[in-house]
Amino acid sequence: MPPSVEEHLFRREAGRIVSALTRIFGVHNLALAEDVTQDALCRALEVWKLRGVPENPSAWLMMTAKNAALDVLRRERTARKFAPEFGRLLDSEWTLSPTVTEMFSAHEISDDVLRMMFTCCHPKIAEEAQIALILNILSGFGVSEIAHAFLSSHAAIEKRLQRAKHDLAESKTLFDFGGEADISVRLDAIHSAIYLLFNEGYHGSHPEETVRSELCREALRLCDLLTRHEKTATPDTFALGSLMCLHAARMPARLNAAGDLNLLRDQDRSLWDTERIADGLRLLHLASDTKEISEYHVEAAITAEHATAPAFQDTHWGRIVELYETLFKIRPTPVVALQRAIAIAQRDGAARGLEELAAIENVDRLKQYPFFSAALGDFELQLGKKERALTHFEDALRLSRNRAEARFFELRIAACK
Amino acid sequence: MSEFLFLYRGGSLMTRSPAEMQATMQKWMTWMKELGEKGHLKDAGHPLDSTVGKTVKGAKKTVTDGPYAEKDLVGGYSLITAKDLAQATELTAGCPIFEVDGAVEVRAIMAM
Repeated sequence: MPPSVEEHLFRREAGRIVSALTRIFGVHNLALAEDVTQDALCRALEVWKLRGVPENPSAWLMMTAKNAALDVLRRERTARKFAPEFGRLLDSEWTLSPTVTEMFSAHEISDDVLRMMFTCCHPKIAEEAQIALILNILSGFGVSEIAHAFLSSHAAIEKRLQRAKHDLAESKTLFDFGGEADISVRLDAIHSAIYLLFNEGYHGSHPEETVRSELCREALRLCDLLTRHEKTATPDTFALGSLMCLHAARMPARLNAAGDLNLLRDQDRSLWDTERIADGLRLLHLASDTKEISEYHVEAAITAEHATAPAFQDTHWGRIVELYETLFKIRPTPVVALQRAIAIAQRDGAARGLEELAAIENVDRLKQYPFFSAALGDFELQLGKKERALTHFEDALRLSRNRAEARFFELRIAACK
Repeated sequence: MSEFLFLYRGGSLMTRSPAEMQATMQKWMTWMKELGEKGHLKDAGHPLDSTVGKTVKGAKKTVTDGPYAEKDLVGGYSLITAKDLAQATELTAGCPIFEVDGAVEVRAIMAM
């Protein structure tokens, strides 16, 4: 008996099974597909816990789900309407089993997963609900787990999911890859949802590092699925993948031994995940095959500059300022302006940084963002104005969103004294 | 040494998330492994399918469906060796079935 099962096996397989079943049953029977998936996982648990894990656990689960699907189809084909695309193929015993077997082939299932991802990003569904749906259906996160990760209440997430699933069922059909025009629009929504998921993990307010790193890992996995299909492996997909890989590579160095947040300049670069960096650079190379660059391209290029600088003082700040200029043209937000100001301060000194911060339009929108106050504090401190710096760091502390941030600003306050 | 049967009863998994189920399974495997290493596991036994079954009863051999839907339906069994009933009962301590509100029935197997 193998001592353990591959990490996240149940989660990942749940997403694959429910996608395959929804394809066969039809999106209006999503709840049925979820029930059958749950049954298959329960069965696996019941059998494996006493008999041991089979040689190929994924294949075992798929076979179990397939047999359960056949039972449901036989039992309910007169009472329910299933996916119309299969027409009468599900009605006769001659065609039922071969059709379902075909739908459970590895190739079909990976298409089904993508189809489900596109379906979850239906324009009728709000972005935060899209993310909840993807996590629930494709990543096998339970309601409590989503609520826990997003520091939301169980009831709120349950309601959000119920409404979104109702909308999905109403939409009657799964996303159709045949309709070319829609793909790029919907793919943009998917990228955005995946990036939000990643950011929630990377910068999010959850106090537990493990919870947040799981969100990052899931975002990377979903993006990886997109890179494996010809219709979704676009330059933007590669750029997003590159960006997330390069950020994730720095995760092992983000906290110091005391568990405090480490700034880029203080990070021990030997802890960076060199394999992830290589992956990120490879993806960035694949992303470059385009005339139109997206914000993901620019952000990936910025992150690549950091990832390839041997030490903080070797960073090409001039190049990074240029990239932030480009990013600001695509996405002219106060946060990008703040990041640009920080890069300019690195290149030209803290006094220039303060000028840049003062010139940010709509600066009010940054008033709740702790790192705006922190940047003001850093520049003042570099100019020797300890008292001014102190006030700004105290503001930052007041605005901090999690324990690690708070601790970080406390240390900055100590540095002013 | 005497032999005992562990009957695993009840314990609903239907509301558990995939990650929770995997964690539960991991605990079962750890528990089973420990029983085995300490020489208490004579036979890991088998799970019993709770969705199909028949009961044949009485002189007329009346056949009915089930038993289903009983809260504490037997879902599986293992064969255990232990010094006595007290030790066998202690061995259930680490069983993950208690986390899902299930029960372990410890029965002594009568020797020849």
